[in-house]
Amino acid sequence: MATEYFNEMYEAGAVRAPYARLEDWTRAMPAEFRQMKQAEAEALFRRIGITFAVYGEGGDPDRLIPFDMFPRVFTQSEWRRLERGVKQRARALNAFLLDVYGRGEIIRAGRIPARLVYQNEAYERAAAGFIPPRGVYSHIVGVDLVRTGPDDFFVLEDNCRTPSGVSYMLENREIMMRMFPALFRENRIEPVDGYPDLLRRTLASVAPAKCGGEPTVVILTPGHFNSAYYEHSFLADLMGVELVEGADLFVEGGFVWMRTTEGPKRVDVIYRRIDDAFLDPLCFRPESMLGVPGLMDVYRSGGVTICSAPGSGVADDKAIYTYVPEMIRFYLGEEPVLQNVPTWQCGRTDDLKYVVENLCDLVVKEVHGSGGYGMLVGPRSTSEQIEGFRARLLADPGNYIAQPTLALSTTPTFVNEGIAPRHVDLRPYCLVGERVELVPGGLTRVALTEGSLVVNSSQGGGVKDTWVLAE
Amino acid sequence: MILNVSHTTTYNYDAPMRGAVQSLRLFPSRFDGQKVLDWRVEVEGGLCGGSFRDGAGDRVEGWSVRGPLTQVVVRVAGQVETADLAGLLRGHREQVPPMAYLCETLPTRAEPVLVDLARSVPVSADLLDLAHRLADAVGAAIVYRPGVTHAHTTAAEALTLGEGVCQDHAHALIACARVLDLPARYVSGYLSATSDGIAHEAAHAWAEIHVAGLGWVGFDAANGCCPDDRYIRLASGQDAREAAPIRGIAQGIGVERLDVAVAVDAAQQ
Repeated sequence: MATEYFNEMYEAGAVRAPYARLEDWTRAMPAEFRQMKQAEAEALFRRIGITFAVYGEGGDPDRLIPFDMFPRVFTQSEWRRLERGVKQRARALNAFLLDVYGRGEIIRAGRIPARLVYQNEAYERAAAGFIPPRGVYSHIVGVDLVRTGPDDFFVLEDNCRTPSGVSYMLENREIMMRMFPALFRENRIEPVDGYPDLLRRTLASVAPAKCGGEPTVVILTPGHFNSAYYEHSFLADLMGVELVEGADLFVEGGFVWMRTTEGPKRVDVIYRRIDDAFLDPLCFRPESMLGVPGLMDVYRSGGVTICSAPGSGVADDKAIYTYVPEMIRFYLGEEPVLQNVPTWQCGRTDDLKYVVENLCDLVVKEVHGSGGYGMLVGPRSTSEQIEGFRARLLADPGNYIAQPTLALSTTPTFVNEGIAPRHVDLRPYCLVGERVELVPGGLTRVALTEGSLVVNSSQGGGVKDTWVLAE
Repeated sequence: MILNVSHTTTYNYDAPMRGAVQSLRLFPSRFDGQKVLDWRVEVEGGLCGGSFRDGAGDRVEGWSVRGPLTQVVVRVAGQVETADLAGLLRGHREQVPPMAYLCETLPTRAEPVLVDLARSVPVSADLLDLAHRLADAVGAAIVYRPGVTHAHTTAAEALTLGEGVCQDHAHALIACARVLDLPARYVSGYLSATSDGIAHEAAHAWAEIHVAGLGWVGFDAANGCCPDDRYIRLASGQDAREAAPIRGIAQGIGVERLDVAVAVDAAQQ
C-alpha cells in the first residue's frame, strides 16, 4: 500500500521556504562533523540528566530520550493558525469544565451525552459546585497535533491534567543554540525561553482571593522515582519556586503551609504533578502517602489553588474528545480552527461493527490509555496481533476508540545512513490563567524507526527542536 | 419532633502522635424535614480550618490538631426539629447530578449474588414501588446482627453471610439499585433510640435512591422503613467511606483505639 506522506521540507522536489537555509546547512555538513555533533549532544543531555523512565521492558528504566539535531520548522503564518486553534481549544475545554461542574448547560442542551460526563471515571464529585479562581480548571493544556498536508492539521488528543514534556522543548532549544550558534544567527527564530516565567505568572494569576500580596507558588511532585521528576525539578529551578513533596506541606487554619528552615510559609498556588487520586487521603485514596491530608477542604474553602483543578481529566478523556468541536461552537460561538480526527466510539454498536470489520486499517486506543501502550496500529500489525486485540476489544468495547491511520507528515531526520524522512507530531503547551498564552514552539516527537507512526518515547520515539520563524 | 443529640468520638493513641487532620461532615442537612435549633461541633484543642458546602449539599469543615497528642476528641451537641416526609429529601440543594451515583465502588460492587437479588424483585414501572421492594428484599436477605461484619465488609460478603448491620444493609441496597440503573447513595446520620421504645443504633446509616419525578428518597432497609422524624440526616456519598461523618488521619506510629458515645433523644413535649 503506497501512501503519500507530506514531507515538510520537500514538496514536489523543491525545498519549502521555511527549510531553505537548513538545506544549505546540511549540504555543507560533513558526515564526521555530524557524528561528532551528535555525540556532543548526547553528552550534554547526559550531563544535564534528562532521562525518562520506561517500565515493563526490564533493564535500567532510566533512558536517554534520543535527540535528533534536524530542527522542525514552521513559518510565522503556519504558526499563527496553530496558535489560534490551540488557544481556542484551551478556552473551550476550560469552559466545558466550568460548565460540567456547574449547571451542565451543554448537557441540558443535548450536545454531549450526560453519561459520558457524569459516569466518567475522571468526573470528580468532590469538584462539583466549586468555581476555581478565574474559572480556570486546566492551566496547562497540551494539545497533540499531527499534520497531513500543507494546511491540514489534526488534533490527536488533548491533555488537560499535567501534560509533561515541556522541559524537552526548552532543553532541545538550549542544546541546539549551544551546538549550532550560527544557525540561530542565520535564521530568525522565535524564542521559547520565556516559558518558565510565563508559567509562573500564569500560576500566580490564579492565586485565591484570600492571598494578599505576591502569591507563593510551589510544584508538588510525587518524588524522584516518578518518570517526570527531572522535569519537575527543572521547572521549579527555572521558575524560581520550591519543589515540594506531600510531606513538606501541611494544612492548618484553612491554609496550606510549607515547612521551611525559617518556619512555616503559606502556600497559595500548588502546581501539582500528581494525580487527583493521590492528592488528599481524606478525600481520595485513603492509602495515598504522596498527598497532603486535608488539602481538598482547604482548596474547596478557597484557601489554596490547585493546578490543574481536581477533576480536569473529564475534559481530556478520549471519549469526550469527539465532542470538543461541539464545545467550541457551544461556548465560544466559533468554528473550530483545528480539525478532530474522525473517531469511532467502540461502545456504540454501529461503530463497533465498523471497527471490528476494519481493524487492519485503523488505530485503536484505550479510552483512558496513554503513552502509546495498549494500542493497535492496524496497518503495521501482524494478523496474530490483530486477532489478539480483537478479543480484548470485544470483551470491553466501551473502553476503546478507533481512528483512521493518519498519513503523518515527515521531516528530515538524521539516521545512520544520512538524512531520511521520519514521521512527527507536535505538542504545544498552552497556558491559561488571567490570559491565554502560547510560546511559539512546542515539543516535536519523531518516530525514529523507519515507517513507524508511533512517536511516544516509550515506543522508540525521539525529540527535535521546533522552530517558529519570525517574519 | 425535637431531637437532642450528644455525640462524642474519642481517638486514643498508645504513643504520642505528631498531629491530626480531620474533615468533618457532622452537620444536619438543610432540607424541609430538618431545622437546626442549635448545633455545635468542636475538636478539643483543635483549630478550625476551611468550611464549605460541597456539591452534594453537605457542609464540610476541616480541623487540625497540633501534636504531640495521645487523644483526639470530637464533640457534637445540638437540637434539631424534624418532620416526617416519608423519606423524601425535599428542598435539599445540591449540584451533583443523580447520574453520577451510578458508578460502583469497592464495597458496593455488583457481584453475582447482588445482581441475583436485584433481579429477583418483580419489575415495576412504578420506580418508587420498585425501590420499596428492593429495600424489603435487602432487609429480608440480611438479618440484623451486630459484630459479624466490620467496616470493610462488602455488600456481597454481607449478603452471602446473610447477616450484618445498617452499613451492610445500605451497601447492599445501593448495589442492587445500581444494578437496576437507579442512582443510589449512602447516607449517614442519627436515629432516635427512645422515641418508639425499641433500641436502635443511634449513629445510623441508610440508603437513598433517586426516583425520577420524586427526587432522592431514603430507605432504611435495616429497619424496614423510610426515614421519618426520628432520623437526622448528616451526609451522603457513594459508600460508607465517602459519607463518613469523620474522616481523619493522625501522623505517627501510635495504634488507634476508637470510642464513640451517641445519644439521640426526643425532647419532652
